[in-house]
Amino acid sequence: MTIHSDSKGIKIENVGLRFGETEVLKGVNLNIEPGEFFAFLGPSGSGKSTLLRAIAGFGPNPSGRILIGDRDVTGLPPWQRNVGMVFQSYALWPHMTVRKNVAFGLEERKVPKKEVERRVEEALDLVGLSHLAERRPSELSGGQQQRIALARTVVVEPQVLLLDEPLSNLDANLRVQMRRDILQLQRKLGLTTIFVTHDQEEANTTSDRMAVLSDGVIQQIGRPMELYDNPKNRFVAGFLGSANIIDGEVRVDAKGPAFVSDKGLVLDFRPHAEGPGSLVFRPQNTFIRRSDSSTDNCLEFAGKVVYREFLGSLIRYGVEVAGHLLAVDEMHRIGLEHVGEGADVSLCVDLNQTVLVNA
Amino acid sequence: MTSATVTRKGLLRLPTFSATQWGPGLVAALVGMFLLVVLVLPVAKVVYVAFQDPSTGDLTIMNFVDFFNASLFRESFINSFYVSAMSVVFATLIALPLAYFTTRFNFGGAAIIQTLGVIPLIMPPFVGAVAMQLFFGENGSINLLLYDWFGFTIPFMEGLNGVILVQSVHFFPFILINLAASLQNIDRSMEEAALNLGSSGMRLFRRIVFPLGMPGYVAGASLVFLKVFDDLGTPLLLNINNMLAPQAYLRISSVGISDPIGYVISVILVVFSLFSLWVSFLALKGKDYATTQKGGGGLLKRDLKKWERIGCYGVILLILGFVMAPHLALFILSIASVWSFSPLPDGYTLDHYAEVFQSAGGYISNTLLYAGLAGLIDIVLGTAIAYIVWRTGIWGRKALDFLAMGAVAIPGVVLGIGYLRSFYEVEVPFSEVPLASVWGVIVIALAVRRLPYALRACVAALAQVSISLEEAAESLGANKSRTIRKIVVPLMTGGILAGFVTSFATAAVELSATIMLVSTESDAPLAYGIYLFMQSAAGRGPGAALGIIAVLIVGLGTYASHKIIERTKRDRAVDQQS
Repeated sequence: MTIHSDSKGIKIENVGLRFGETEVLKGVNLNIEPGEFFAFLGPSGSGKSTLLRAIAGFGPNPSGRILIGDRDVTGLPPWQRNVGMVFQSYALWPHMTVRKNVAFGLEERKVPKKEVERRVEEALDLVGLSHLAERRPSELSGGQQQRIALARTVVVEPQVLLLDEPLSNLDANLRVQMRRDILQLQRKLGLTTIFVTHDQEEANTTSDRMAVLSDGVIQQIGRPMELYDNPKNRFVAGFLGSANIIDGEVRVDAKGPAFVSDKGLVLDFRPHAEGPGSLVFRPQNTFIRRSDSSTDNCLEFAGKVVYREFLGSLIRYGVEVAGHLLAVDEMHRIGLEHVGEGADVSLCVDLNQTVLVNA
Repeated sequence: MTSATVTRKGLLRLPTFSATQWGPGLVAALVGMFLLVVLVLPVAKVVYVAFQDPSTGDLTIMNFVDFFNASLFRESFINSFYVSAMSVVFATLIALPLAYFTTRFNFGGAAIIQTLGVIPLIMPPFVGAVAMQLFFGENGSINLLLYDWFGFTIPFMEGLNGVILVQSVHFFPFILINLAASLQNIDRSMEEAALNLGSSGMRLFRRIVFPLGMPGYVAGASLVFLKVFDDLGTPLLLNINNMLAPQAYLRISSVGISDPIGYVISVILVVFSLFSLWVSFLALKGKDYATTQKGGGGLLKRDLKKWERIGCYGVILLILGFVMAPHLALFILSIASVWSFSPLPDGYTLDHYAEVFQSAGGYISNTLLYAGLAGLIDIVLGTAIAYIVWRTGIWGRKALDFLAMGAVAIPGVVLGIGYLRSFYEVEVPFSEVPLASVWGVIVIALAVRRLPYALRACVAALAQVSISLEEAAESLGANKSRTIRKIVVPLMTGGILAGFVTSFATAAVELSATIMLVSTESDAPLAYGIYLFMQSAAGRGPGAALGIIAVLIVGLGTYASHKIIERTKRDRAVDQQS
C-alpha cells in the first residue's frame, strides 16, 4: 500500500456565515486532531453541511479563520486547499469511465502518466473495485458508486477527507456495511476525516468525537458516549436518542433546594443547582415497579399507563405523571407480564441515571 | 377495432373498456387512416417514383445515377451540405456565448438573452432575406459605410454566404435553448467535485462542463442542420438556385411532375432529415445527465467584474444587432419610398401598406382561413392521438404517435411534391377539377406539417390531468365519451389552445409546401404573396409591408400562446394551494 496521507488537523476559529438575512453559522470554534474521525451531527438546517463546505472552500467566504495544519486556507479557492470531499450525490462524472473519474485529480496535478496509472489501480484495489474500471458510473450500483467516489478522493492523497452525508442514498443494510468500510479505510490511511450526518447511529458508531450542531451553533463537542450520558443542554439531550425531559426549575425554600416541574410536580431530590433547568433521564433507565424490584436511590413517580407499544426488542409504555408524558422501556422476553393500558403504576428512576441540564 | 384489441396492463393503470366502449378504437382507426392517406401514401409515392423508370415504369436506380452524373446536381448537393454545416458553425458562434452567460453569471443581461432566443422565431427566414440584402448586401448600408470609412467591404450576402447568414441568425435559438437547458441540468456537485480535485477555469470547462452540455448541443445543432438543409424559401428569395430544395422545386414547377429528378432530390432530403433526427436522438439517448440534488442544479453562478460585464454586454449587443437586423431592415423597407445605394432610404411613405390592404387583402384572408382550419384539424387530431397513446391500451397506439411525429422528418417540398403526384390524377367528385388544385389540399398539407407541434402541446396538457379525475367521473356513472367530453377536454383547454395558436402562427408563414400547391393566385396565402411581391424591385416595398403583417400575426400568436400557458400554470398553482 503506497497510498498514504500527510494527515493534518483542522482548526476552526470563530467562523460565521450568512446567506442574505439568515445567519447560518454563528461564531463556530473547533479543533480536530490529525487522524481523528470526527462527525458533525445535527438536524437539517443546523449548518453542518455549510460548515463542511466552508472547509472545502465552497459557498460564500465565511468570517473567521480556517486552518488545515498550520496553513490558513480562509479565502483560498477549492482547488488550492488539498482537501478531499465526497459528495452526497457522489458526483461521479457520467461522461467518463470509472478509471477516468479516479484519474482526474491526479491529471489535474500533472502527475506523470505512468504514476497516474499505478495510483489509480491502487485506489481501485483499496475499495475492491478494480474489475469495474472500464464501466460508466451509470452502470454501477449505489454502493459501488460510493466506493468509486471515495477512491477518486483518496487517490490524490488529500490532507483531510470530508464526507457529506455519504450514506444517505444507500439502503439500510448497505449503509451499515459501508460505514464500517469507510471507518476501516480511514484507519488504514490515518486520514483526518469529517463525516456529516443527521443520523446519530452513524455518528455514534464511527466517530472518535463529534459536534452536535443546531441553529448554526455547536451545542456540544465530545465522544459519542459522553454526549449521550452527559448532555449539556436540552437540545443535545433530546436530539441524541429518546429522552424523558421534565422542564421546571430548582427552588430553594426552608427545607433546602427542590426541583419543581412547570406543571407543578415537586420531585423528591436535592439538586446542586439553582434556577430554571430540565431533568433528563432515558426510557430504558425508567422502571415500572413490580413487587420484587428494589427502591434504593430511587426517584419515584405515580402515574397511569396511556399507551403500550410493542417495538420488537422493547415494550414501550407511555405513562402520564401529573400532566407529563413519560416513556418507559422494558426489555421484551417471552412470558413477561405486561401492564395494561389504564393501569395505575409506580415508576422508579435511578437518581444516578438522571441529569439536570440548562433549559 | 373492438375491445378485443384492448389490453389492460396493470403497470400503467390503464382505464378499462367494456365491450360496448369501442369509441376510442374507432377514433384511432379513423386517425390512422387519415394519416395514412395524407402522409404515408404521398411520401411513399415520392420514394417509389424516384426509383421508377419514367418511360417504362420499371424499378431502377438510374435516376440516382443520372442525378450524381449531372454537375449542377452534384454542385447543389455539395452546396446544401456546405450551407447547412456552415449555418451550424455560425449558429454555434452566436449561441455558445449566450448560453454560457446565462448559466454561469448573475447579471441582468439574462432577460435580454431570453428575448433574443424568441425574436428570430417569430419571423420565417425567407421573409427577412431580401431585406437583409439592403443592410448587408454588396451595396447595402453596412458595406457602403464600411467602404466610406475604411475603404473595404465584407461579402456578407454574396452567393451562399447570404443563405448562411440569414439561416444562422434565424435558427441559432434551437442551439441556445437546448444547450442552455442541458447546462442548467448539470448537477452542481459535478463541478464542485472537479474544483475539489484541483481543476479550475478553462480546464474545468473543457473537461467537465462542456462534455456534460454536449448532448444538448448536438441535439440543437442537428435540428439546425435539418431545418437549413430542407429550407426552400430562403435560397429561393435570395435567388440561389444551386441547392437541393430549390432544384426540386424548379424541376417540378418548370419541367413537370413527371420529371424524376425532383423525386430523387426529395428522397435525399428525407434521408438527410431522418439522419439528422437520428443523430439528435443518439445524442440524447441514455445521456440524461440531469440529477436533482439538494443545493439545486445548474452551474455555480458568480457575479461579473466590471470589465467582464462590459465584455458580456458588448457581445450581447453585437448579437442583438444581427438578430434584430432582419426585422429592422424589413420594417424600414416597408416604409421606404426609394432605398438603393444608400445606407438609409431617401424618403419614407405608408403607400406600401395602403397598396397591400387594397390589392393583397385576399392573401391575408386566405391565410387566416387556411391556418385557422389547419390549426383546428391539428388540435382535434392532437387531442385524439394524445388520449389514445397515453390513456388507452389500443393496439398500435405507439405507431400512431410515431406516425404523427414522423411528419417532422418530411420537408415541405417533399410533402408538396407528394401531394401533387398523388392527388393530381384524382378528381373532385362531380367535377373535372383535380384534387391537388383545390385549396383544401393546402390546408391539409399545413395541418400535417404542424401536427407534431400541436401533438406535443396536447400530450403535455393531458399529462397534467390526473387519471383519478377520470376515474372519479366514471365511478359516478359517466361513460368513456362523456368523461372525455366533460372532464378531460375541459381540463386540457389551456394546452390545446396553446397548441392551436402555435400551429396557426407557424402555418400562417409556411412557404415550402404551399408554394408547390398554390394553383391560382386567388387561392394563395400570405407567404406566397410575399414571395411573388419580392420577385420584382417594385414589389419589395409592398412585399415588406406584407412581411411585417406576417411578423405581427406570428408575434401576436406566440405571445398569446405564451400567455395562455402562463395562465394555465398559474390557475393550477392556485388550485393546488386552495
